[in-house]
Amino acid sequence: MLNLLAGFVEELRRNGLPVSLTEHLDAAEAVHHIPIEDREALKYTLGATLIKSSSHWHAFEATFDIYFARGLGSGEEGPGLQGDDEELAQFQMRTEGQGQAGGGGMEEMTAEELAELLYQALLRGNQQMMRAVARSAVTRYAGIEKGRPVGGTYYLYRTLRNLELDQVLDRLIAQAKGERTEEGELSALDERLLGDEFRVRADQLRKAVEDEIRRRLVEDRGAQALAKSVRKPLPEDLDVMHATREELQTLQRALRPLSRKLAVRLARRRRHHRRGPLDFRATVRRSLSTGGVPVDPRYRHPRPAKPEIVVIADISGSVASFARFTLHLVYAIQSQFSKVRSFVFVDGIDEVTRFFERADDPADAVAEINTEADVVWVDGHSDYGHALGVFYDRWSKEITNRTSVLVLGDARNNYHATEDWVLAELRKKARHVYWLNPEPRDYWGSGDSVIAAYGVHCDAVVECRTLRQLEKFVGDLV
Amino acid sequence: MTTTSTDQLGLGDIGPARFGSIPAVREGLADVGYLADEGIAGVVYLADRLAKPVLVEGPAGTGKTQLAKSVADLTGARLIRLQCYEGLDESKALYEWNYRKQLLRIQAGQVLSEGDLAGTPGHHSPSWHELEEDIFSEEFLLTRPLLEAIRAKEPVVLLIDEVDRVELETEALLLEILSEYQVSIPELGTVRATQLPMVFLTSNNTRELSEALKRRCLYLHIDYPDIDRERAIIRAKVPGISDELADQVARIVRSLRTIELRKLPSVSETLDWARTLVVLGINSVDAATAKDSLHILLKYQSDIERAAKELLNAVEG
Repeated sequence: MLNLLAGFVEELRRNGLPVSLTEHLDAAEAVHHIPIEDREALKYTLGATLIKSSSHWHAFEATFDIYFARGLGSGEEGPGLQGDDEELAQFQMRTEGQGQAGGGGMEEMTAEELAELLYQALLRGNQQMMRAVARSAVTRYAGIEKGRPVGGTYYLYRTLRNLELDQVLDRLIAQAKGERTEEGELSALDERLLGDEFRVRADQLRKAVEDEIRRRLVEDRGAQALAKSVRKPLPEDLDVMHATREELQTLQRALRPLSRKLAVRLARRRRHHRRGPLDFRATVRRSLSTGGVPVDPRYRHPRPAKPEIVVIADISGSVASFARFTLHLVYAIQSQFSKVRSFVFVDGIDEVTRFFERADDPADAVAEINTEADVVWVDGHSDYGHALGVFYDRWSKEITNRTSVLVLGDARNNYHATEDWVLAELRKKARHVYWLNPEPRDYWGSGDSVIAAYGVHCDAVVECRTLRQLEKFVGDLV
Repeated sequence: MTTTSTDQLGLGDIGPARFGSIPAVREGLADVGYLADEGIAGVVYLADRLAKPVLVEGPAGTGKTQLAKSVADLTGARLIRLQCYEGLDESKALYEWNYRKQLLRIQAGQVLSEGDLAGTPGHHSPSWHELEEDIFSEEFLLTRPLLEAIRAKEPVVLLIDEVDRVELETEALLLEILSEYQVSIPELGTVRATQLPMVFLTSNNTRELSEALKRRCLYLHIDYPDIDRERAIIRAKVPGISDELADQVARIVRSLRTIELRKLPSVSETLDWARTLVVLGINSVDAATAKDSLHILLKYQSDIERAAKELLNAVEG
């Protein structure tokens, strides 16, 4: 067990989770106090001792499932098969009665039987039946090839596609509706609730399939090899530019708490950053309770000036999500700035401050920008030169020596003119000009990237590929 | 691994186990009205066995503070609570010298010795050393929650609430007490715990806590409960609610939590809503009732509008 635990901790560290030696020792100590055969208890025990942040829980869970896969190598081939579940047993009886799936158990069900079992499992929300479905569906559809170094996402996709979950869901909802309408009209609310209920069950099934695939992969190649194939970066380390749609959602979720935290931290730092001069009146007042001895001196709070921010963001194609995250983050902490103005461009440029002023939630405004902002001038390919030129003509008068200008983009200019004099002019007027580039530093200057031409006119060009880097930059800005 | 970590720390005996097993914790908590899931019960059990504090995190209103109160109830211990806030310092959290009383003592000493001097010649006023010993004794010590928890003779549960509100530097105050259950007072020496209190820290995660603090704690994340547990909570906490209504409430809340909202409905808001429905004598939530009472569950106008649109779109027309 201790060896297994050591391997597990090692893998967590390789995943980027900070597990200290003390925590490892705690975990080793803690497993003595729980019934070791209880998988759930083990999971919570290791979680409580090794993981100290909820954003790491997901990565922990994935690793845990690999190292302590359900029913691995033990006699427990899944309780469902032994027929200790009444509904499942009934179902087996029925199919066997039809003389099709004789003797061989669930593994040899026909496609129709499998579909029927799936339908029944979802209808009743029966866990045992779901596990049975997962087992035979994986056998049937996943087509696992032994020894291939893969993480199993493709197997999962293949299995689920063949199960046609969405259609089954539609059928379930339609049928439930049919039953209800006999009693009376089904309201939109009820329909929604019903749909959510089935969706939750479908998710459970998806998870069961995932478990099953994982179990087989671990049996095939061992935990360590599999863990290596599925290793994923933590949300805050994801590369924003190359994130998949699913990862973008994770990022979106991570952004909200992140911006809240940042706002609190900055507000706090503003207040406590340094002590102001002695507040004489308050000190004398306090000293009255100690007989005139000024035991407890009081200080005034300094009120440092807040900077103004102008964000100019490229929202074309690949850098769009990066621009959205940055805008979201800047606006989430806009109370830290005296004024925030934002402009977006592709080859034309448009001011989008109004969207943020109108919306309660930066996320709404960011969504609105995509559809409403007028940013295409000719063909919708990035033209930094033209966009900056227009910006200079129309808005440069409003840049003052209290303004920090942030330009977001990869500076891939499609071989247009750079017009980098605009940045030089802006730098003369503004307090700072920063350029945030979401590309890896190694790619800068390759192909049509003209970051070098702009970079010389900026106070700093910052590589900003992950939320962690973005948070750090915005935090230092204030 | 026969020696426990507590032996290594020199804590001696960690005392008899408070709980028999994980299921026992769960049942016990249920008896005092706290429905724990397996994770919560497991961590509470471990906290006792390993003599370690528990850091509880999670969204607001999911029963983090209540957990500490319920554990105190269950073990029959006194609950000592330290509410954290910005600017909390040593003198509010640990101990403080009662300098008003000390000043009084010094002045009283002067007055007395002058009086004595007149009557009995040759009498010496108390030396500086004696005076120092005297005014830095326990008589002049004001105990604050942390010291109080350490010095208590009877069993206590120490709750350090919203620990993320104190500054990073102030966190260091907690480290000694959390890892070794002792407080060092320069003038007095080290005060050791006579019994090991159970310690719960809660955090709303408004900032990262320091590694040093996290390392000393067991970590427990309490999320929104799943539907079965939420239903059970509603039934336990709202008297007179019918099973159907409880089920319906739980399901609506679960659906609401899948929508992208600024502030998701918490367990306490769910309970408020359920109570309201019971008071209003509503047996079954239809779209109109739901729409009229959404403001109990959701606290932002934009959220209410969005939820109404998503969940009850048919009512708009």
